[in-house]
Amino acid sequence: MSIPMKARDIADRYFLEHRAKVLDLAAFLDRYDRAAQAEGHAATDRIDDGRVRALLAAIHLLIDRKPERARRVLELWSDRSTDPIDRAPMKGAIGVAPLPDE
Amino acid sequence: MYIDPHIHMVSRTTDDYRQMALAGCVAITEPAFWAGYDRSSAQGFVDYFRLLTDTEPKRAAQFGIRHHTWLCINPKESEDIGLAREVLAEIPSFLDRPSVLGIGEIGLNKNSRNELTVLHEHIALAAKHQLMILVHTPHLEDKLKGTRLIMDAIREHGIDPGRVLIDHVEEHTVGEVLRRGFWAGMTLYPDTKCTPQRAVDIFEMHGTDRLWINSAADWGVSDPLAVPKCQQEMRARGHLEAAIRKVSFENPFRFLSQSGRFSTGH
Repeated sequence: MSIPMKARDIADRYFLEHRAKVLDLAAFLDRYDRAAQAEGHAATDRIDDGRVRALLAAIHLLIDRKPERARRVLELWSDRSTDPIDRAPMKGAIGVAPLPDE
Repeated sequence: MYIDPHIHMVSRTTDDYRQMALAGCVAITEPAFWAGYDRSSAQGFVDYFRLLTDTEPKRAAQFGIRHHTWLCINPKESEDIGLAREVLAEIPSFLDRPSVLGIGEIGLNKNSRNELTVLHEHIALAAKHQLMILVHTPHLEDKLKGTRLIMDAIREHGIDPGRVLIDHVEEHTVGEVLRRGFWAGMTLYPDTKCTPQRAVDIFEMHGTDRLWINSAADWGVSDPLAVPKCQQEMRARGHLEAAIRKVSFENPFRFLSQSGRFSTGH
């Protein structure tokens, strides 16, 4: 099933919604930094929270101009181990696994 | 007209049934799931199964909606193998109820060894009674690994993948699920799983064969009208009514009819 809309139609229909999402993301990162700085962290310090680091890592995939960004972001955030764990530590999920280089 | 093939009406109001009927819902299936707290005994599940097989079909029928169900102990409560085995022992006494389609939603939550053991025992129960299976795949970072472990477990039992629906697929799991011959479900949630927009993207990239959409509406942030909203998204993009009908009615009808017990009443 191919996509019936033209690229211009996609931009017309979805641009404002995603403009708002980018601003929400920017404001979230500002909010996080303000709180971290209030705790005494410099803006140049490594970000403590692995979830926020994973979010920033995903942004690199958004701007690399390669296809299937959604799939690649989800894979970046996925647990890459293959064996069952010994015991479930909790019921919920965090949202991201540690990044491959961490 | 549409089918919502995965929704937890025990957590929804009667007004939701009314709104769903007004939006064109004619049939639903309700898998057994985690109630938001751990039940303290197998008897709690027996009462839950009575609710699913007696009460909900009557409540749905008031609005012309056919209600069907799947039975299991959800993977979130599978860490306690002793309790899980007690619940598994209760399930056969409900299998002759006319609205029971099969075993579900079974699967994994945190991909633990105990969860996997209980999953295997559920699959064996389905195989013994020649029942269909509805699979829950894990959340967020656990989904990719868990989906693969689940598909491998089902293959070990020699189950026909055409009688198994792997639910909650997203962009990183849908391709592998379909390639391995399973049916796949996309759950439409506001924050996690798929939005209606992403679900339609997935149809455009992977086609509409062996794929369905559902709301999985429950006690959390969810939307019992998510399926008609996804239909609307397809219409807004210019997709043909035949394609919309296929993913929101014909595909679930075709898969669920393999049970011999599914009906839309039409």
